[in-house]
Amino acid sequence: MKQLRLLGLTLAAALCAGQVQAEDLTGTLKNIKETGAITLGVRDSSIPFSYLDDSQKPVGFAIDICMGIVDAVKKELKLDKLEVKLNPVTSSTRIPLLANGTIDLECGSTTNNAERQKQISFTNTHFLTASRYVTKKASNITKIDDLKGKTVVSTAGTTNIKQLTEANAARSLGINIIPAKDHAEAFLMVETDRAVAFVMDDILLASLVAGSKDPAAYVISSDAFSKPEPYGIMLRKDDPQFKKVVDAATAKIYTSGEGAKLYDKWFMQKIPPKGLNLNTPISAELKAEFAKPSDSPDPESYKP
Amino acid sequence: MNYTWNWHIFLEPNPTGAGTYFDMLLAGLKVTIVTSLSAWVIALIFGTIVGILRSLPSKLATWIGFIYVEFFRNMPLLVQLFLWFFVLPELLPRTAGLWLKQMPNAPFYTAAVGIGLFMSARVAVQLAAGIGSLPRGQKMAATALGLTTLQVYRYVLLPMAFRIILPPLTSEFLNTVKNSAVAITIGLIELTGAARAMQEFSFQVFEAFSAATLMYLVINIIVVIGMRLLERAVAIPGYITGK
Amino acid sequence: MLANFDFDVIRRSLSYLFIDGMTFTLTLTALSATGGLIFGTLIALMRLSGYRVMGWIAGLYVDFMRSLPLVLVIFWFYFLVPYIGQWLTGSSRPIKVGAFASSLITFIMFEAAYFSEIMRAGIQSISRGQPAAASALGLTYAQTMRYVVLPQAFRNMLPVLLTQTIVLFQDTSLVYVLSIPDFLGAASKVAQRDGRLVEMYLFAAVVYFTISCIASYGVRRLQSRIAIIR
Repeated sequence: MKQLRLLGLTLAAALCAGQVQAEDLTGTLKNIKETGAITLGVRDSSIPFSYLDDSQKPVGFAIDICMGIVDAVKKELKLDKLEVKLNPVTSSTRIPLLANGTIDLECGSTTNNAERQKQISFTNTHFLTASRYVTKKASNITKIDDLKGKTVVSTAGTTNIKQLTEANAARSLGINIIPAKDHAEAFLMVETDRAVAFVMDDILLASLVAGSKDPAAYVISSDAFSKPEPYGIMLRKDDPQFKKVVDAATAKIYTSGEGAKLYDKWFMQKIPPKGLNLNTPISAELKAEFAKPSDSPDPESYKP
Repeated sequence: MNYTWNWHIFLEPNPTGAGTYFDMLLAGLKVTIVTSLSAWVIALIFGTIVGILRSLPSKLATWIGFIYVEFFRNMPLLVQLFLWFFVLPELLPRTAGLWLKQMPNAPFYTAAVGIGLFMSARVAVQLAAGIGSLPRGQKMAATALGLTTLQVYRYVLLPMAFRIILPPLTSEFLNTVKNSAVAITIGLIELTGAARAMQEFSFQVFEAFSAATLMYLVINIIVVIGMRLLERAVAIPGYITGK
Repeated sequence: MLANFDFDVIRRSLSYLFIDGMTFTLTLTALSATGGLIFGTLIALMRLSGYRVMGWIAGLYVDFMRSLPLVLVIFWFYFLVPYIGQWLTGSSRPIKVGAFASSLITFIMFEAAYFSEIMRAGIQSISRGQPAAASALGLTYAQTMRYVVLPQAFRNMLPVLLTQTIVLFQDTSLVYVLSIPDFLGAASKVAQRDGRLVEMYLFAAVVYFTISCIASYGVRRLQSRIAIIR
């Protein structure tokens, strides 16, 4: 009798489990299952996270991680085929386009902070970087106060332009801030002397300088506008099922050593399109985070 | 709709440290108005010159007018702004280019000139048509009275033609206002740019765009009403629009 | 100055510029012009229908669209269309609309306002006797429009419609603000990646200028031919 009851329970449990799989899909997962497609938001010039290679194909560290997530989603939904669509986004359009369903994941260099978490969610952090500025060596700018009254560019829609705007107001610097559409355009404004400085995350600045015509002509500030802040891949808020799959997928990538391998590929080896090597060894903070993945927006929580 | 509305956002302080988000939009509105008016002055000056050229009997003058109009009409405004902003300073001698680039408010001057010249081609076409629509007898009579060509235009043809083309000029001015939004691409923070900045800082995209939309509507209504009054005030007696 | 020119950057990106970029631009132009003309004609018919509410709604739509800058409308639609889709279909979440579809909807809705004004002028240019004669022959309103009024209005307005299409062709470059790779978007992506703004923007200007010039020359030829027939 007892055995029969156990069998009944097991059967019921098995049936229920099966039904949860098939029927209770919600949010993005349901959508992906129904359409057989997932859309990734990609960037033009977030080197080496998400940018266009020589044949205008989006590549990068964040894109490789996203492809890992796509594989996990495919497995989770037991799909034979999952079409991956790519949709270009800018810093300015990425959050509204994620919220309105145009993209399902944003694979780029988006700073994870508490304010943004009210609008959208982030999965586990894939990089940590501080906000600094790049200038030409010739312009002899050594600290933030030297920017007083000058024209400074930053990318529209980033945390950096907000920090710059706030610092400008708080310290009454009288900086003339020009918003640019994307990082490459902003950097060109410094290269062509339209602006004296470009305020951005230091890793993106380093990549742009390394890829420029004369890397020796530029210097990245030691003054920072922020502590090293985490980057995360964005997904829609209030979508626990999808977040669970994405979190599990990224955690597996980071803890299994695959994350370190991808890091090595994009930061320690030659990358397209010009065969540049960024030579940026993994930081202690990121190493600790890869061992214990986290989606915390708090920079303090990443102290090793 | 999984979007959280927050109409109070306009009263919250913006990150520039100068007032609320509403103030930020008003600052954008001001830039839109100043840019449009400056561009319009340039458009009227160059448009009048070219319009006159196109109506002169000289073949060379007509030809120059034709080339001018074709040049500014056959390129997207966005491309023209890029040419003025990104390309021109690089083609000039280094010091002149640097001076252009490091001008304070470079996006504003570029937008005013770029949009002004773009619109001047349209003004020129309207004006040439307006002059063409006048009876030939007017020019002949003026010449018979001993007026020089300059005087004929100054005292007879232009005052008539401008009044006739007032309605199309109104819509060209409104086009100038609308075109000023294109300057967002060269970093000018006019009304659309301010709305976009507000969206980026506050994440309230639809509130920001709704407010900007309303402000554009108000500009339109004011301009249309103002121009109607002007049309009535300067109407030519004996014409359909006249008294 | 020209010595520093890198013409090779243009040659290397030609296939991307034309096969991807220009195809996007031309497809968007052609489909938007067609869609805009159809919707514009419907709006014009609504305005001239004699039903006051319908005419009023159509007039409001036209005036509203024509007061807004295209850049703002492009932003509006890119962010809003998925929610409108959700509302229309009663779906539980926003409908996914890609970059191309979203731009297409934007330009159709925007251009419809401008095309409707042209078609309205075209319809009003037909003498009143014609629809009167048509209904005397027993044609319904729809038949009158379909066989008598619209074909003539369309033909009379063809040069203006084509000129507006050239403007539309130039205006599609504004999808640049969304980082969508139309012709100008593609050129700017190459320009910014390789730091070759001067070469790429000059090249883009020459291409737009050539195409628009040839097209407007064609329109002028057409205009003079139509003028002779009438």
